[in-house]
Amino acid sequence: MAENQLNTFQVVVIGGSAGSLETVLAMAQALPAQMQAVIIIVLHRKNDPESILENLLSYKTQVPVREVEDKDEIQPGNIYIAPPDYHLLIEDERTFSLDSSEKVHFSKPSIDVTFESVANVFRQRSIGILLSGANADGAAGLLKIRKAGGTTIAQDPVSAEVGYMPQQAIDLGAAGMVLDEIALISSFKELLNA
Amino acid sequence: MGVMLHDEEIEHLTTVLYDLYGYDFNHYARASLKRRVMRLMTIDRVPSFAELLHKVKTEPSYLPQVVQGLTVNVTEMFRDPAVFKTIRETVLPVLATHPFIRIWHAGCSTGEEVYSMAILLEEANLLHRSLLYATDLNPVVIEQIKNGIFPMSQMKNYSENYILSGGKKDFSSYYTAKYNWAKFDERLKSRMIVSTHNLVSDRSFNEFQIIFCRNVLIYFDKELQDRVLTLFDESLDQLGFLVLGTKENLRFTSIAGNYSPFSIKDKIWRKTS
Ligand SMILES: C[S@@+](CC[C@H](N)C(=O)[O-])C[C@H]1O[C@@H](n2cnc3c(N)ncnc32)[C@H](O)[C@@H]1O
Repeated sequence: MAENQLNTFQVVVIGGSAGSLETVLAMAQALPAQMQAVIIIVLHRKNDPESILENLLSYKTQVPVREVEDKDEIQPGNIYIAPPDYHLLIEDERTFSLDSSEKVHFSKPSIDVTFESVANVFRQRSIGILLSGANADGAAGLLKIRKAGGTTIAQDPVSAEVGYMPQQAIDLGAAGMVLDEIALISSFKELLNA
Repeated sequence: MGVMLHDEEIEHLTTVLYDLYGYDFNHYARASLKRRVMRLMTIDRVPSFAELLHKVKTEPSYLPQVVQGLTVNVTEMFRDPAVFKTIRETVLPVLATHPFIRIWHAGCSTGEEVYSMAILLEEANLLHRSLLYATDLNPVVIEQIKNGIFPMSQMKNYSENYILSGGKKDFSSYYTAKYNWAKFDERLKSRMIVSTHNLVSDRSFNEFQIIFCRNVLIYFDKELQDRVLTLFDESLDQLGFLVLGTKENLRFTSIAGNYSPFSIKDKIWRKTS
């Protein structure tokens, strides 16, 4: 891969809680097999040692899916999942790191933590998408992405199964766009082709 | 969190901590260290980085709080029960062939991991010929291991973990409840040697049949991880076991070649050469 391509890939970070799984799977299904972006998924879920989410996603897309381990390399063209019971951080442009510290908004992984870390490192190359949920996690982090010059989308609370989480982001002024699931998936595809 | 810190500020702080007090946080993973510093400032209501630096330089009595704040102590008994099940079922029978069993829990925080292992050894009738070395850089957490007292509110969760780890007894038989605290059996503690040990600056101090270092390496950068793994390599018997955290990996590290996976899902390796 050309050196300049390495420095220009976009980083899409998707956060979701209650009621977001179907949307995440639909987004995965919409992905082209070849893509240059990095996709990071942070979902609130039970600690499942069986990596169920990894398997579910792999059914939906050709893009390689990996649950992150400490200091894994960040490579364009992959989907990465935050592992249960750890916060997922970006160490630098090329490296993930994990952190087992206190929960944030009763959550580990916390969406805020990863959103903020992505914003710090990838700045305007960050794309943050906040989906359905009954928790305030993610709103402040989405605002960080927006302030860093990144693109931000909140799922339309009316179309979301649980509107509370995206509504928090909207109230904070963190959402650059508010889209229902169908519009969200089509702009997701457009952003990836851009 | 309000404040936003720069890499240079973190470096400034780690330099001061090293020069004045000998604590070396230089090769800690940046992203998490930054969060820890910001959290410390929020909790202690230190409004600016300059003030934090001043406090650290002029108030030696603040140091324990800084060390406590910069490190992450979160732990639990039988954390990742499947790992302890594997140890119970497939590692202990191997350890049992040794006349004497030395175990090192490096970075064991408040000791929940050490008590979990002591319980497994007790149930395998091996505790009386084992020694569990419990070490951490933070003297505050070490004191808690010696007390053997843990919050009662955790016992339901620990009891579930214990059962998932293959435990057959009534978990509450291991402690006496007093108010909000569970005091664990002295018998378990009697085989523990508790001490501070800094993985960055202290050396190998014995030879072990099994070393636990779980959820500590994630806080280090790759260079420091390699150094610490070399220390473990020097401290491990031939055919000894190394147990890492469930999201840590020996792959791509300097000592990988000397180890073969024993249980890859549980992150247990065995020394082969
Ligand atoms: C998250 S706890 C892990 C506890 C336990 N092993 C577990 O997995 O549940 C991390 C511990 O590593 C300790 N630690 C951090 N840096 C260290 C160092 N340089 N030397 C020894 N211990 C260290 C911290 O004080 C903390 O208690």
